[in-house]
Amino acid sequence: MSRIGVFVCWCGSSITEMVEVREVVRYAATLPGVVKAVDHQYLCSGAGQKLIVETIREHHLDGVVVAACSPSVHETTFRKAAARGELNPCLLEMANMQEICSLVQRDRATDKVKNLVRMAVERVKWNRPLNQIKIPITKRALVIGAGIAGIRAALDIADGGYEVVLVEKGPSIGGHVVQLAEIFPTMECSPCIMTSYMAEVVENKNIKLYTYSELETLEGYAGNFTARIRKKARSVDMNKCVDCGMCMQKCPVSIKNEFNAGLTLRPAIYVPFPQAVPDKPVIDRESCLQFQETECGLCQEVCPAGAIDLQQEDEIVSEEVGAIVVATGYDLMAKEMYGEYGGGHYPDVITSLQFERLISASGPTHGELRRPSDNRVPKSVVFIQCVGSMDASHGISYCSKVCCVYTAKQVMLLRNRCPESKAYVFYVDIRAAGKGYNEFVRKAIEKYEAIYIRGRVSSVSLHNGSLVVRGADTLIEEQVEIKADLVVLATAITAPRGVETLARKLGIAYDLHSFLSEAHPRLRPVETNNAGIYLAGVCQSPKDIAESVAQAGAAASKVMGLFRSRDLFQERGVARINENTCDGCLLCHEACSFSAIEMKCLEDQGEDRMRVVSSIDKKKCRGCGTCAAMCRSNNIELDGFSDQQIYAQINALGLR
Amino acid sequence: MTIHSHAMVKNETEHKTDWQPKVVAFLCNWRLFTGTDLTDKSRLLHVSHVEIIRVPCSGRVDPLFLLKCFEKGADGILVAGCYPGSCRYSPGNHHAQGKLAIFRTLLEFCGIDARRLHFSWASSSEGTQWPKLLDNVVSQVTEAGPFPDLYSRKDKRS
Repeated sequence: MSRIGVFVCWCGSSITEMVEVREVVRYAATLPGVVKAVDHQYLCSGAGQKLIVETIREHHLDGVVVAACSPSVHETTFRKAAARGELNPCLLEMANMQEICSLVQRDRATDKVKNLVRMAVERVKWNRPLNQIKIPITKRALVIGAGIAGIRAALDIADGGYEVVLVEKGPSIGGHVVQLAEIFPTMECSPCIMTSYMAEVVENKNIKLYTYSELETLEGYAGNFTARIRKKARSVDMNKCVDCGMCMQKCPVSIKNEFNAGLTLRPAIYVPFPQAVPDKPVIDRESCLQFQETECGLCQEVCPAGAIDLQQEDEIVSEEVGAIVVATGYDLMAKEMYGEYGGGHYPDVITSLQFERLISASGPTHGELRRPSDNRVPKSVVFIQCVGSMDASHGISYCSKVCCVYTAKQVMLLRNRCPESKAYVFYVDIRAAGKGYNEFVRKAIEKYEAIYIRGRVSSVSLHNGSLVVRGADTLIEEQVEIKADLVVLATAITAPRGVETLARKLGIAYDLHSFLSEAHPRLRPVETNNAGIYLAGVCQSPKDIAESVAQAGAAASKVMGLFRSRDLFQERGVARINENTCDGCLLCHEACSFSAIEMKCLEDQGEDRMRVVSSIDKKKCRGCGTCAAMCRSNNIELDGFSDQQIYAQINALGLR
Repeated sequence: MTIHSHAMVKNETEHKTDWQPKVVAFLCNWRLFTGTDLTDKSRLLHVSHVEIIRVPCSGRVDPLFLLKCFEKGADGILVAGCYPGSCRYSPGNHHAQGKLAIFRTLLEFCGIDARRLHFSWASSSEGTQWPKLLDNVVSQVTEAGPFPDLYSRKDKRS
């Protein structure tokens, strides 16, 4: 007869509001095999864990059920407590009542928890103690994305003495920060900061850089990942190229320049910006004529070094790494999404990033602010905040977090460059919670005399050749109409396009807005649900540069922490074969994708009679259980998820 | 129409409106189990009869488990595996899909409504996908109605 202890957590009050905890405890005590059922306000606390340890000892428990939060939050905590009570950690099961029950189903939460506890009790009766398996760690890290967060994480890990593989999708590293003019609240030169980091990446011997590359597939688990990286064809031999720029001058293609946020044009063979790393051109095959069924090859003809290689193919390289930092950054919502603001229709309605380029020394006007339509210096500039952000009608309910402060910065830049001009800011709510940020916004209002108007803009239209911004001032409850030479839209920060595909490759979660999900919003904000993969920067949620850098540092230290632990230990269920009754059909051998199942010959049927059976290599087995489900003669058992455990759970479903 | 049968008709309609399907979901340890943690909680309020059984990989699901679930009173079953190419134990999810596709035809052959068994690709905590998936499964199982009691003759007539 089993001796099982059931522990029910109140989780403060979040469970007790929905569930009659005492009732659950009374019920659990009546279940066959349960010798002790108790509740506690915070089981995860020191006192709660002590209660578990002491109860295990006092009642000689051989199985424990903890009904509390999700196993993803505290299973490890409780299993460690069980180990302190000298119970094999795998003899502890959790009934996840917080997320899948009490927060989900108000109407019959108590009954549901009883069901969950009953299922867990029945299951734990069949749990077997599992042994730890030692896993060696590959002490190299992969960083995906080379913006400020990715670069910082890579540099931190590399400075810690570990090798880093840094993969960037674009032709140059640097991310968005290198596009900005100056950064708040210190008004430092943004490219200066970024380009020095970029140079450091090149100098650092521990960093292996792949630009114009993407993750193709990822296999493995924490400590032992194999990443296959697709190096897209640059079509330019980087060793031969002498940087003369002839090819770029001759190229007949003109398409929007991404670095200048679409304000200027670039050829199909291009260097993204003068300080790019690497500073060699790349052919954008999507716009190159040669790849659009037209003969061109002009660049090839003019190249004095013979560096153009139009036949170059994508290359797949394989890298062994132990941990991964994802820092894929963000995109901005397209201004065309707001038709009523004339984005994409009127040339003088621009995004904040375009404004940033217009006012940047490395921009198309060399830092002199001139509006796109007629190159005039704008006299009246209207900034519109929350274009998309906090606007559920456009599908974005969150706050982009940085727009309030960068708009204040842009006001200052505008007033510094063009003291004659007037700045108007339409805002919904000023959210400037960072250190020194509120003072910064106040400065824009008081010292730089920006006129802040609280309210949303209803339309931007063209009247007699000038833009007219109509909106409501909700503080004085009046309609306002402002003539503008330039309108700047603070468009919402969104998750980068295609990040979902990457998340699937990595096996990590993403939220409703496709921002990558952390393992726990408060307690594990850097980790993901897939061990060994960490997040840094805006790919997780909108944040400013300081926060991105801080998270990058946190991710780097997590990676180094993992590498510092000599070997990983994992309690892992492996499959077992009953060789006595195995009939040697070898279906399991075909099902196993880790080549852990091999054929074995036995001579146990008397002399000269060989019998073929399957045999499992425990070191290779990863515990997926595909073989167990395949086995026709029911001879394979998977520890941790055995047939008995699952049938016990099904029998205890309580549907009838 | 006798009073008796009239009462029966009324009873039946009442039965139909009150009845909620009981669905068992086999979820993979790595992806979906975390998905259920992070789901937009309020949206699941009405789906109160979904019981979750955790498996390491959808490949672990033996068709016999599903039979047992039906035997134990489930009206419908969902087996959810990771997207092709993202299975931690690749290709465990493909094995599951193949196996369940065959099992589904067997169920149909036996006269059991195929709407009761669902296999779905679903990935890590796709907050938007999971409630939709559940809604879809629950509504299809609702259409299929209560699982016929194969043991008693009485229900065979209906």
